[in-house]
Amino acid sequence: MTLSVTGLTVSSLVRDVSFEIAAGERVGLIGESGSGKSLTALSIMGLLPEELRASGSVRLNGRELLEASEKDLSRLRGDELAMVFQEPMTALNPAMRVGRQVTEPGRIHGRRQPAEELLDAVGLPGTARAYPHQLSGGQRQRVVLAMALANEPSLLICDEPTTALDVTVQAQILSLIKTSLPAESALLFITHDLAVVASVCERVLVMLAGEIVEAGSTREVLTQPKHEYTRKLLDASDLETRR
Amino acid sequence: MRNLVIGGVLVGLVVLAALLSFVWTPFDPVKVDAAHRLLGFGGENLFGTDKFGRDLLSQLMVGARTTLYVGVVAVGIAAVIGTPLGILAGMSPRWLGEFVMRVNDVVLAFPALLLAIMFGAVFGADTLTAMVAIGIATIPSFARIARSGTLQVMSTEFVLAARAGGRSRLTIAVRHVLPNISGLLIVQASVSFAIAVLAEAALSFLGFGTRPPTPSWGRMLQESQELLTVQPRLALVPGVAIAIAVLGFNLLGDGLRDRLDPRLAAKV
Repeated sequence: MTLSVTGLTVSSLVRDVSFEIAAGERVGLIGESGSGKSLTALSIMGLLPEELRASGSVRLNGRELLEASEKDLSRLRGDELAMVFQEPMTALNPAMRVGRQVTEPGRIHGRRQPAEELLDAVGLPGTARAYPHQLSGGQRQRVVLAMALANEPSLLICDEPTTALDVTVQAQILSLIKTSLPAESALLFITHDLAVVASVCERVLVMLAGEIVEAGSTREVLTQPKHEYTRKLLDASDLETRR
Repeated sequence: MRNLVIGGVLVGLVVLAALLSFVWTPFDPVKVDAAHRLLGFGGENLFGTDKFGRDLLSQLMVGARTTLYVGVVAVGIAAVIGTPLGILAGMSPRWLGEFVMRVNDVVLAFPALLLAIMFGAVFGADTLTAMVAIGIATIPSFARIARSGTLQVMSTEFVLAARAGGRSRLTIAVRHVLPNISGLLIVQASVSFAIAVLAEAALSFLGFGTRPPTPSWGRMLQESQELLTVQPRLALVPGVAIAIAVLGFNLLGDGLRDRLDPRLAAKV
């Protein structure tokens, strides 16, 4: 197992969450705002806000993360663990050129990669000298993705990476994630958009009020939902009509 | 852009005068010449002479050195100590940040002039004690500005992303926080510079700053007061010089901020 989470609890916001993701598996985590999806992701990354503590167990390739020191975590983050955030407008340092930002994860972990190469891989040739404000939202999200993928992480967490983008750009980013993620990397994809889950993930976890209420293959969960909440989510979405 | 040019020209004028005074002044700025007392504008002495017959322009040029010296050292002390303190307070756990800021408030309670007069009484009044005192009294404003900027930057996603990318706290402070608060700091520096120039002038005026016979704009003002009604020129010349320096640094700070911030620079 690449990632195994057992009994993860963050005060009363996330309660007894357990799941596993194998190498190369793409798993969706869905649920409404405030259901604890992002907190789950942040506890895996060890980036919870100062006042929150996580208990339980989070293991990445057999290594316990919750008790790891900040120093050990920094070594893992950006290398084996990477994350893409929701808002591409604020996820890049406005005072740093794109080329420099994109090579930072590599530099931190002792690898030298040419910025142009990394940017080419996400379809942004010739943007290394640009500042983030000169790029569109979709382009920035590509930069963020390039940074996250630079070191071929064994686990990539995407926290609603397409929510702030319009539908056409959304589709481009999704296909980019699918094509550029190394085959052996695990993916935890957080979203509230069922159509996105259907297009990216093989397996899906449904979260409600801090607990996982349903889990299963994407097809199973989206066609024969067992939990009432999942049914409501499906009814509320336009997934059927779009198909 | 206009601010930058006007500010640059005004500051350049002061800097040029100061630099030039090292190699050349029209007259000896401290030479007493009773035969040429209180000469008016024009003539051989462009800005005239004071009650001791000293050339005003030469005094002004040498005084510019004192002004710049005090401004640079005072702002330097404040920025070098205040900025890291503010960033530290903004990035560390809440209790430590609060502690630093409360200590900061205590220092803030002492006005620069009072502190300088105290220092003057204890260590002897001269330019050095004046600028150290002004510098120390300016630390809190830098710490405050740096902290509030840091808090803002630390709450952004790119800092979270930087941490998610495995960056250490020191790297985040240097690479992400500092460049993003540099605009704030530059404006603060220019304002503090102007305040320091004024404070030095005030201290010299009160007799706690630069000691005679070293020319200083503040002391020139002080010496002019007894003849204010008959010879307003004596107050006007250093007064205008102080105004030019203060205005110049303020405009330069504004212009630099617009220029250095990539988001604002796009609109210039």
